Amino acid sequence: MTGATLAQGRMSRQRGYRLRVGLLMVLVAGLFLMTLMVGQSITPLGDVIRVIMGEDVAGASFVVGQLRLPRVTVAILTGLSFGLGGVAFQIMLRNPLASPDIIGITSGATTAAVFAIVVLSMTGVQVSAFAVIAGLLVAGTIYLLSRKGGAVGTRIILIGIGVSAMLDSVTSYLLTQALVWNLQEALRWLAGSLNGVKLHQAAPVAAALAVFGMPLLGQTRSLEILRLGDDTAAGLGVSVGRTRAIVITCAVGLIAFATTAAGPIAFVPFLSGPIAAKLIGSRGSLLIPAALVGAVLVVLGDFVGQFGFDTRYPVGVITGAMGAPYLVFLIVRSAKNGSLF
Amino acid sequence: MGLRPSRIVVFRGPGNLRAMWMLALIVVIAVLCFLSITIGNRSVAWADIVAGVSGETGTISQAAVARRVPRTVLAAIAGAALGLSGVIMQGITRNPLADPGILGVNAGAALAVVIGIASFDMTSATAFIWVAICGAAVTATFVYTIGSLGVGGATPLKLALAGAATSVAFSSLITGIVLSRNDIAGGIRDWHIGGVGGASFERIAQVLPFLAVGAAIALISARKINVLSLGDETAAGLGERIAISRGFSALGAIMLCGGTTAICGPIGFVGLVVPHFCRLLVGVDHRWLLPVSGLAGAGLLIGSDILGRIVVRPTEMEVGIITALIGAPFFIWIVRRQKVRAL
Repeated sequence: MTGATLAQGRMSRQRGYRLRVGLLMVLVAGLFLMTLMVGQSITPLGDVIRVIMGEDVAGASFVVGQLRLPRVTVAILTGLSFGLGGVAFQIMLRNPLASPDIIGITSGATTAAVFAIVVLSMTGVQVSAFAVIAGLLVAGTIYLLSRKGGAVGTRIILIGIGVSAMLDSVTSYLLTQALVWNLQEALRWLAGSLNGVKLHQAAPVAAALAVFGMPLLGQTRSLEILRLGDDTAAGLGVSVGRTRAIVITCAVGLIAFATTAAGPIAFVPFLSGPIAAKLIGSRGSLLIPAALVGAVLVVLGDFVGQFGFDTRYPVGVITGAMGAPYLVFLIVRSAKNGSLF
Repeated sequence: MGLRPSRIVVFRGPGNLRAMWMLALIVVIAVLCFLSITIGNRSVAWADIVAGVSGETGTISQAAVARRVPRTVLAAIAGAALGLSGVIMQGITRNPLADPGILGVNAGAALAVVIGIASFDMTSATAFIWVAICGAAVTATFVYTIGSLGVGGATPLKLALAGAATSVAFSSLITGIVLSRNDIAGGIRDWHIGGVGGASFERIAQVLPFLAVGAAIALISARKINVLSLGDETAAGLGERIAISRGFSALGAIMLCGGTTAICGPIGFVGLVVPHFCRLLVGVDHRWLLPVSGLAGAGLLIGSDILGRIVVRPTEMEVGIITALIGAPFFIWIVRRQKVRAL
């Protein structure tokens, strides 16, 4: 009797999980088509599909193929990366505020990218590679500095905040050295922007999603168990140190590649996980839903930033402004039930 | 360093030892002031220094020296203000990581000033100061409120996270405002990094009343902070009206860091480093800790400013960058030293 009820419960939870993930995917696909159709002018769906299939459509090929398609592709890919990388950190450290954009991982990648562009005059994939290496070094430094006794989680967050403050000041200094006419562009990139994105910039991000995203998804089960606490997880047979190393490496890789493509889009890693948690509840893993939520946030934020106001704002300004009220909500809610997730 | 805060607390030197430390700090500040006036991009002769300090600007060397004087004064004042506000924040939140920068209060003041410049064409320094202080007050209340919700009250972790997240949100709002206004971008960037390079006696005079009132409030509330740092229950048991004492002391801290941010831009970590250093010197009695921290803050900021002029010659590195580079490792050291439970 109880066994049957349990099995039924599991079945309905799985159905609910698949339904919600499916709906999120449909939402991302819908937003993809919408942003291709709607801009300064509206392109009919038929023309959009013909352009995507590679046909040459007068009046639509340039706008859709050259302007909107690269932009929305990079938006979705960076959104997926930020969402996945962010939620991995949040689950691993058992704190939604412990996302890479708050604990300094994103700052590390950003400082390295600015250094590579301003001082070393690098471009393209070189910058990405430089940012990934720096991001990993920063993450490694934070991890080593916080390894002392138990309870690594809490200390990682605080040390990350310190490291982040230091790196931000280095970024500020590098920017004062930049030539004046670079300043506006640099500021835009620092806020997180998809302006002038080209399709070839999507390739490294897509590759990073494959290379780093897959192993991360492979850790789904271990991550779920890690939410119960390090000791419990170890007792249940999870190799805590190994899981943590894999998760950190993969999440940093995702974040660093996405950051070089679009800048550190504020709060997307931070917001995706909790929103996904709200949608999914305890029906299953948050990794894939959070990645999809990230994509939705970046595409929507970019759309609002482009067409919502008189001035065209970079996507990061919109997501950054959205993050503040959500943060308040998160902390107020945590006061009621005592847990942040 | 095996010392726990509780053991540092035990240290109670006799009054004259603490007075000696104060005297030593004053001597250090005097030396630093002298260095700050003599060291710079241009090497100047002794005669020019004397002439420049007395106000003559006949030669380029004399003019350079004359410009270093207000700069040094501003560094001293701003450093003292930040040191004092750091002591108050750490005292009333009972939080070793409290600092106007970490808690996002400087970012709040900065956002308020940027909004004032962009939306209301604000230009006068007095308006800057009022707006910055209001922004700092609102942000401090906000961060403290959300940081103290939930289990365990205002823990260092929750406060630091709330402050960090608030800073990120405010920075992106600042960027949003600056991007929509090409004409003010350069000026705001320079102000936003935090520096004392553009100092003039006129601007110092405008902010001085605010800082003086803030400092007076700080020194008056020394005894209240002593009681508050025993914990809310004990303080209430000793007859202290907690909310009023905390609000009054916080007002002083906010006037000090808001005023400083209005003139110099957000300068982080001075308020974090100085109180910890001074507790080692004079213990935890705020009647001594406050004035000593003011002096040490002044010394630290003058020293950082000198350093910023030396390290990247012939250009300069803004003092806000130097203090972050010095302060962040210190922050990490404090975090590592604390017991896990205390975090």
